[in-house]
Amino acid sequence: MTVNTPLLSVSALSKHFPPVAFGRGPVVRAVEDVSFDVPHGQVVGLVGESGSGKTTIARMAAQLVAPTSGRIIFDGLDTARASRAERRRLHARIQYIFQDPFASLSPRMTIGQILTEGLDIQRIGTANERREKARSVLASVDLPPDALDRYAHEFSGGQRQRIGIARALALEPEMIVADEPVSALDVSIQAQIINLLRELQIRLNLTMLFIAHDLAVVEYIADTVIVLYLGRIMEKAPARQLYSAPQHPYTRALLSSVPSPDPTRRANRQILTGDIPSPANPPSGCVFRTRCPVAIDACAGIVPPLREVAPGHFKACIRDDLDGLMVQGAVR
Amino acid sequence: MDAQPILDIAGLTTVFRIAKQRVVAVRDLNLTIAPAETVALVGESGSGKSVTSLSIMGLLPKGVGEVESGRLALRRKSGDVVDLRGLSREAFRGVRGNDIGMVFQEPLTSLNPVFTIGEQIAEPIRIHKGASHAKAFAEAVGLLAGVGIPDPRRRASQYPHELSGGMRQRATIAMALACDPALLIADEPTTALDVTIQAQILDLLKRMQSERGMGMLFITHNLGVVAEIADRVAVMYAGSIVETGSVARVFSHPRHPYTEGLMRSAPRLGEATVLKEAGTPLPTIAGSVPSLANLPNGCPFASRCGYRIDRCTEALPALADTGHAQFSRCIRWQEV
Repeated sequence: MTVNTPLLSVSALSKHFPPVAFGRGPVVRAVEDVSFDVPHGQVVGLVGESGSGKTTIARMAAQLVAPTSGRIIFDGLDTARASRAERRRLHARIQYIFQDPFASLSPRMTIGQILTEGLDIQRIGTANERREKARSVLASVDLPPDALDRYAHEFSGGQRQRIGIARALALEPEMIVADEPVSALDVSIQAQIINLLRELQIRLNLTMLFIAHDLAVVEYIADTVIVLYLGRIMEKAPARQLYSAPQHPYTRALLSSVPSPDPTRRANRQILTGDIPSPANPPSGCVFRTRCPVAIDACAGIVPPLREVAPGHFKACIRDDLDGLMVQGAVR
Repeated sequence: MDAQPILDIAGLTTVFRIAKQRVVAVRDLNLTIAPAETVALVGESGSGKSVTSLSIMGLLPKGVGEVESGRLALRRKSGDVVDLRGLSREAFRGVRGNDIGMVFQEPLTSLNPVFTIGEQIAEPIRIHKGASHAKAFAEAVGLLAGVGIPDPRRRASQYPHELSGGMRQRATIAMALACDPALLIADEPTTALDVTIQAQILDLLKRMQSERGMGMLFITHNLGVVAEIADRVAVMYAGSIVETGSVARVFSHPRHPYTEGLMRSAPRLGEATVLKEAGTPLPTIAGSVPSLANLPNGCPFASRCGYRIDRCTEALPALADTGHAQFSRCIRWQEV
């Protein structure tokens, strides 16, 4: 395990779901030809709107659903070829944090049982050691030890999300997949949880795939950001570059759509027309072209390949003359 | 505001009775909305912002929630002023959808799945304006065009499930505007939408409002949306307005510690990079919102407040006039 090889590497990943309506109609192309690496100790953020495929990618990365095609390599292991034992270990080495802390914690189990369940399944430690581990992860998310014998309903949304994080940490994972971990929380609680995740990530040197639709949250936590639209990568860049000098028209429009909590900066935004097309019936060529303010005829003809426009900065757009045509980035 | 208000709420207190316990969800709330003015009610879960809107609309769950005291004076399109609180169920039906238009968070729950979009928009036109079926349907098609729905004639004969989320919200806005209401109440109308669609809907609401000179009460938890759309803002916490004033003033000079904390804790696009690179944690508000069933004495924010002194826990502070038509429910507002 060298520092140079990524912990997680996905290549040409696709996921197609069968048609919803009684087996008829087109397949839903949730994820199409997605490739990226997550280096050791780094946070990669996935952003996009509904139907962008971000949650499907997260679930495939966490080994919760199998891809239709493409490869997922975790720490040198091709996960499609993993043995039963390797697969079981993968479920401990990669942990998932869910969006809804109300739905993701069993109402019938004590917090202690929730925190030790993974250790039980993985047969790690004695009963006493497991209990001790539960106590220590609880402390690392700033909850008191008496929480162990209580039930989820006794806790607020923010506290429940801390429990969800503690459960993920109990197995000492190498990688965390966090799927919209703060979007169900109130604003004043969100910041507490983001700070906690960032502090844990740095202290435990965790590798993280972080999914959110809130662009500012991703900006704060991610080292690299991937912008998705209709199952495809539109742009991929180091966070600072993505926010200060976005190169894809979709990224620019997305950043400009976020309402700014500064009334003096009203207006001057790029409002996209139309709706996000259905992933069951994506446009030909560039999937964004039907809403793109700078689309040209050629965009319908080819799927634009991801190409490097600056070191580490990739975009899937054939145009290079956006400046002057569209608003710029967000970092001032 | 100099103009006569469309809505003038004075001393609104709304209580819920759950398991024999009396919970005050909104406490002594005062608020006015003038013609062509947008007032935002902003707050987190349990702050009382949605209960306020349900109280105005007479839609509190029957037998559970009740307006206990206060006056909700609405100036109707006819010019008459009525107190919504004293209105019978029958009389309320003549007001809702007619003088007050409503848009909710989830368009799929406010649209009826078994009627076409056109029929649903035509219904209030028939009921309140007495128009014929054909005339009302034609008006509905015109309204759909007005809210930016392409091919409105075809869309009018479609059912809600055939429309996208953004389209559905446009359709509910068309329905809310069908009878030219003087007041539009929009309760988290963009919360369920994607950010590029949210931008479209905010733009549409702004345009509709200025075209029609409606007053608008806009309920949201998103400060960015407030800055985008509102003229004035009232920040709610644990059932009370803790700060109110013009958006420009409150956002540039918050005078309540909760408002200040809320603004700091929302990471801002473009500024998050700077914080991250400096290794600075996001500013937070410690603790969590107290339960309405078990509010502490005095200021409900005191337990989370960095400005707390002993006097804060003695009595609920009054709204203090801080100048610039801005008010803060904090005894130390001068230091915030």
